[in-house]
Amino acid sequence: MKIAVCIKRVPEMDVKFRIAPSGEGVDETGLKFDMSDFDGYAAEAALQIKEKQNGGEVTVICLGPDTVHETLRKALSMGIDRAVQLKADAVPVDAWAIAEALAAELKTGGYDLILFGRMSLDVANQSVGPMVAELLGVPCVTAVSQLDVSGGGVKARRELEGAAEMVECPLPAVVSIDEGVARPRYPSLKGIMAAKKKPLESRPAQLGAVRMTRRGSALPAEHAAGRIVGEGPGAVPELINLLHTEAKVL
Amino acid sequence: MPNVLVFAESRGGALRRAAFEALTAARSLADGGEVHALVFGAPGIGDKTAELAKFGAATVIVCEHAAFANYAPESMAATFAARVQSGGYKAALFTASAHGKDLGPRVAAKLRSPIATDVVSMKWEGESLVAEKPGYTGKVIATVVLSASPALVSVRPGTFVAAQSPAAGNVERISPASDPSADRVRVTETVVGDTAKLDLGEAPVIIAGGRGLKEAKNFSLLEDLARAFGNAAVGATRAVTDDGWRPHSDQIGQTGRLVSPDLYVAVGISGAIQHLAGMRTSRTIVAINRDKEAPIFKIADYGIIGDALEIVPALTEAVRAAKHGA
Repeated sequence: MKIAVCIKRVPEMDVKFRIAPSGEGVDETGLKFDMSDFDGYAAEAALQIKEKQNGGEVTVICLGPDTVHETLRKALSMGIDRAVQLKADAVPVDAWAIAEALAAELKTGGYDLILFGRMSLDVANQSVGPMVAELLGVPCVTAVSQLDVSGGGVKARRELEGAAEMVECPLPAVVSIDEGVARPRYPSLKGIMAAKKKPLESRPAQLGAVRMTRRGSALPAEHAAGRIVGEGPGAVPELINLLHTEAKVL
Repeated sequence: MPNVLVFAESRGGALRRAAFEALTAARSLADGGEVHALVFGAPGIGDKTAELAKFGAATVIVCEHAAFANYAPESMAATFAARVQSGGYKAALFTASAHGKDLGPRVAAKLRSPIATDVVSMKWEGESLVAEKPGYTGKVIATVVLSASPALVSVRPGTFVAAQSPAAGNVERISPASDPSADRVRVTETVVGDTAKLDLGEAPVIIAGGRGLKEAKNFSLLEDLARAFGNAAVGATRAVTDDGWRPHSDQIGQTGRLVSPDLYVAVGISGAIQHLAGMRTSRTIVAINRDKEAPIFKIADYGIIGDALEIVPALTEAVRAAKHGA
């Protein structure tokens, strides 16, 4: 089975972001970058499918400037077989523009399964996967929390609000991965050494037309710190009073 | 006079709150034009559309099919996209629920339209739709400009509070644009959870627990508190769902659910960045924690320091008394 995993390089999120002087996006100075969380789950899911099926090939694809090489090497060090950079100076915020570039690469790859993370943690469109599926003319299941790939098809579970649904579709297919499927493994030293010798190809990205642009970014208003009402169960009556008279939620 | 088409979400033969939120949000975009609602469901759903008119649907488009007893993304997307085209809508609107987040990009792909997802505010600027959407786990708000028509938007659940504004609600019935029985993606089963349990995305009040509760069984105290409120759901931190105390679907945070209820009660939650990313937009935040230095107190409106196992039962009693006394 041939599996492709499409990943995005994003800043690590456990920082206080600053807005870049241009005002358009975040200031990337000093930030650390890694594969977006859900994309890591997708990479792990691909490796587990390959291991379970005892064969096949996993390709990781990342759009962006040459800084993505580091992220692709990390994926290779996890055990992924080959990497492709779709080279672009910047990653657009328009999901369709990205989807066209990915679809152009994927359509000739003969992939049985194309995995995405449910969304990227930076722009969070949650749209590229279904758009790639539409461009390739293959079925798509998004945000799966359980995944079984066997017998030429996909069986998956999707979490809904207060419920879940069981979904099936035939291969080839696009699937996007939510929390619950797999936590990414840490690259072993052996994996890191092996990754240095694995192929990393680079081609210019054939981005689609951009119809959605980012005009600016801002930090959200901080939720102002409130007050400590008191200590222990004795503070409960005052809390109830405040919820009733001040917050008006009771 | 831009007309706007809304995905009026239903499940199990009943409309969802997401439908009314989307209608309310759509009215702000219609600006003199009409809001139309498209509802999919098994035969019979068309009898339940009166509520859509109350929330502003001038036309209610009903697409019934036996296959629509479950979500059917392919034929629903084809039908929705066909209607956007034939109806000449300037914008189409979804709520960013599980189904809305799945359907919106499919429709956008079919129409080759731009889509802004999980939007918290929006307006027209000339022919462009300008929207604000959170990214970077809620830490940065981006302003995006959609410069093609129709423009598609999904709005973050809980952001647009559903408000009534009666409209004609003329019912129009349509057939699916593609045969649902030919869909490649098939939902074989909708697994309904505890129906008495409110969902995290829809509950006005959320009671969330962390490791400070010490053991899985102590979540029963939070269930009691949620019952006392009567309109509350119970959530959890990633630490708790990773330990298997609660299902993954209950996780609130960067990699779980993003919620913004009217009231969020954080019990035994220290306030890891991962968790705050999922709930910091809640209107009122109450924190109960033993450690007065816990970061959760930095964003809480009201804090009580102490042992959650002692405070929560007292709070439950007080809420029950307040609700019944009122």
